[in-house]
Amino acid sequence: MVGTAAVAMEEPLREEVEDVVIRFAGDSGDGIQITGGQFTQTTALAGNDLATFPDFPAEIRAPAGTTFGVSAFQIHFGSRDIKTAGDAPDVLVALNPAALKVNLGDLRDGGLIVADTGAFTDRNLKKAGFDQNPLDNDSLANYRVVAIDVSKNTLEAVKDEGLSQKEALRCKNMWTLGLVYWLYDRDRKPTFDWLTGKFKSRPEIANANIAAVNAGHAFGETMEVSDGGVAYTVSAAEIDPGLYRTVTGIEALSWGLIAGSQSTQLDLFFAGYPITPASSVLHTLSRLKEFGVITFQAEDEIAAVCSAIGASYAGNLGVTASSGPGIALKTEAIGLAISVELPLVVINVQRAGPSTGMPTKTEQSDLHQAVYGRNADSPLAVIAAKSPADCFEVAIEAARIATKYMTPVMLLADGYLANASEPWRIPDATAIESNPVSFHTDPDEFHPFLRDETTLSRAWAVPGTPGLEHRIGGIEKSYSTGNISYEPENHQKMTDTRRAKIDGIAKDIPDQTVELGSQGGKMALVGWGSTFGPINRAVQILRADGHDVSHIHIRHIWPLPANLESLLGGYEQILVPEMNTGQLLTVLRSEYLLPAEGLNKVSGQPFKVAEIVDAVRSRLEK
Amino acid sequence: MNVQTPPEKLTAKDYASDQEVRWCPGCGDYAIVRAMQKTLAELQSPPEKTVFVSGIGCAARFPYYMATYGFHTIHGRAASLATGVKLANPDLDVWVISGDGDSLSIGGNHLMHVLRRNVNLQYILFNNEIYGLTKGQYSPTSRLGTRSPSTPLGSVDAPVNPASFALGCGAKFVARSIDSSQKHLPEVFTRAHTHQGASFVEVFQNCIVYNDGVYSSFTEKGVAEDNQLIVEHGKPLVFGKERDKGIRLKPGAMELEVVTIGKNGVTVGDVLVHDETNKLAATLLVEMERPAFPVAIGVLYCNPSETYDGAVRNQVELAQSKGGKPDLNALMRSGPTWTVD
Repeated sequence: MVGTAAVAMEEPLREEVEDVVIRFAGDSGDGIQITGGQFTQTTALAGNDLATFPDFPAEIRAPAGTTFGVSAFQIHFGSRDIKTAGDAPDVLVALNPAALKVNLGDLRDGGLIVADTGAFTDRNLKKAGFDQNPLDNDSLANYRVVAIDVSKNTLEAVKDEGLSQKEALRCKNMWTLGLVYWLYDRDRKPTFDWLTGKFKSRPEIANANIAAVNAGHAFGETMEVSDGGVAYTVSAAEIDPGLYRTVTGIEALSWGLIAGSQSTQLDLFFAGYPITPASSVLHTLSRLKEFGVITFQAEDEIAAVCSAIGASYAGNLGVTASSGPGIALKTEAIGLAISVELPLVVINVQRAGPSTGMPTKTEQSDLHQAVYGRNADSPLAVIAAKSPADCFEVAIEAARIATKYMTPVMLLADGYLANASEPWRIPDATAIESNPVSFHTDPDEFHPFLRDETTLSRAWAVPGTPGLEHRIGGIEKSYSTGNISYEPENHQKMTDTRRAKIDGIAKDIPDQTVELGSQGGKMALVGWGSTFGPINRAVQILRADGHDVSHIHIRHIWPLPANLESLLGGYEQILVPEMNTGQLLTVLRSEYLLPAEGLNKVSGQPFKVAEIVDAVRSRLEK
Repeated sequence: MNVQTPPEKLTAKDYASDQEVRWCPGCGDYAIVRAMQKTLAELQSPPEKTVFVSGIGCAARFPYYMATYGFHTIHGRAASLATGVKLANPDLDVWVISGDGDSLSIGGNHLMHVLRRNVNLQYILFNNEIYGLTKGQYSPTSRLGTRSPSTPLGSVDAPVNPASFALGCGAKFVARSIDSSQKHLPEVFTRAHTHQGASFVEVFQNCIVYNDGVYSSFTEKGVAEDNQLIVEHGKPLVFGKERDKGIRLKPGAMELEVVTIGKNGVTVGDVLVHDETNKLAATLLVEMERPAFPVAIGVLYCNPSETYDGAVRNQVELAQSKGGKPDLNALMRSGPTWTVD
């Protein structure tokens, strides 16, 4: 299979392609996520637009070679704008039989498989559930297969670096990366720089990995291409000018919280309890102490939210993050924050449920929990991020609403957004709108539930302020004095006021816009959260086909934008794609009595563009 | 124009809020709130810097009656709220007020962690061995066999000893006092306040409605002196009407015994001297139970170490002193970036 040296240095004839989807897959210990991360960086630097989707098992080191231990990383990149991580991979890199078994079904017909024959041992084939080696029979006839002994080639490539056999084999992922770099004409230098930096104290490891990348690349150059068209090129995309980086949802969220604390001129207090996939916010912020951030790993979810409320009470911006089951535990305390009217940001990085569900898989099934999921009439504001980069703005907005309206704000992200990355035009932190909080200090006629006439927000007087000593608590308090009150009329008035305060936020958020398409028409696709990418791409495709379809994407879930009802009234049909069984759908129908219809998926995987396109076509073309 | 007058010395009354107290007449909580107001007046604690945080239960109403900042939170979680308050603003003087159900049943986890972390606050546990506000169910400190609405045939689960629990959690300050001891209680509160770190105080509190007289065997006049051991650092563990009883290590065993001074050749020199920095001694003292032993009262253990809030602040200040002015723009531009023209 290996070509001769004579043709080695000839530039291959490269086929120009608009966009490509590559999925790297292997054992969870194979370094797949690192490989994907490097390919992402390099591709971003090459000027392509891109989106990524890491998909890894919950087990840290599942038994080697098993299907449930397969870790994967998918990247979609191109010379056009890229909205999703791609429906079906064009290329599948399978570092063992289990990776092939789990991912083969997604590969498009005619797609390319790069398989490490060194890992296709009898033992591994059996573990993956293959009776026969698929590389040896015609079961892969629908695909193009490059079968190479990556393990052997890697060992050969790094033999001069003096590593142990185990360390040497760890370079397998870099050998593979080198080969894929060659396939798609990527520059190797960014990875070399990264390796040199990462293994500064162990240069032999850096050198071995670099040698592996080079060997994989050289293997590509010398590969005999029997059917042509194995090597490709993807031109740079049309992208707005500016300074860019790639960003994950977790990074954008964490930095957005810092921006939000700066914007409100409050110190940031973040408390969390380890839970997948929200823990990374705690990890990220705990490394940013120079910003004055206090991070607190609490003893449980309840202590996390309670300490954040305590910090807000003392004048900080109190923030906590978790995932569905953890949010459930925080619920009583969120009710306290609603009752005492203190600012609080609660981030829910949603995952597949109920109960433990599938912690590393994505879902958006906590919308009802966010909007309605508390005892009594206890309204709060709910906002949702639509993409990894959008987490930045949404975090700033959450801080604004929480402090301006003295209310908890539930910020909905999900496992996909948290871990996925995309290119981000880096904003100017100094240009972020300033919304400074001013604490109440005037003792004249003071009581803690004095309200602003416009926002209905109560006075925020923090402990330490002389003359404003006061008591608050979860017991109902008098509208006019703030003292405990069991008066029937007062409870009615306080309940109405708490509701009116949250409803009033609708006047202080932007009108709902149409992301793509027209105001009114045949059909609107209404989404929220991380379904933005697939819905938007689907609408692009459908409109190019001449369908009168528009995309509306809601950031402010509660209260809903003031114009949303009239906007939705302009469409003949409304379709609501969601990764749940119809939660936004229920809210829209109950609020507006609209005949909206749901398009629902709860497989732990994001929507494919084709699924949405097909669903719309079946409705419009029937 | 505001004319600033020199602040007058605050009295106990200045720490009382204008709210009508709603505990049952005769409740031990009245005495505790009075002792607290007296303590704050003695300390001249600035009311604006003093915060009382409570959970749920009879004791948890306490903050409403203090003319300081106060936060009546949710059941069992006062320690967590208070941790957030203290981390956000270490200048505040934070007192947690809680009961035996609030602290040791629903809030047991948070009590453990606030003590082990050594957050610089005072944790006052009103122990009346009963759930009062919910009408008399047995609590985690109720003695075996307690008859209550939920245990009509008597409780069958062993109680927890709060001071022993606190020591086990790694508390650096553990003390006990009695609601009616109006001289001793403010002294213990003052010691708790002075201690840097989490100070745990168990107050034996009488519930006149659901558990009246639960501590009378060692708190009533006439029996108190023979049944209480009031410990003081550096002084021999002597008690009794005649001051003739003492505590010593039983020869040849890792246990305490009561001895009578002047009998069988026992002198006051044979009696143990209280060393409040000795954790092993404290562990033995808190486990002494009537009728074989007197109940140990006072500062049983005090051995300060670095506070959690102090250590957290130190890490932040260290990071800030190293890095210079934090720059979000620089942070977002760290790592690989590229320019599109």
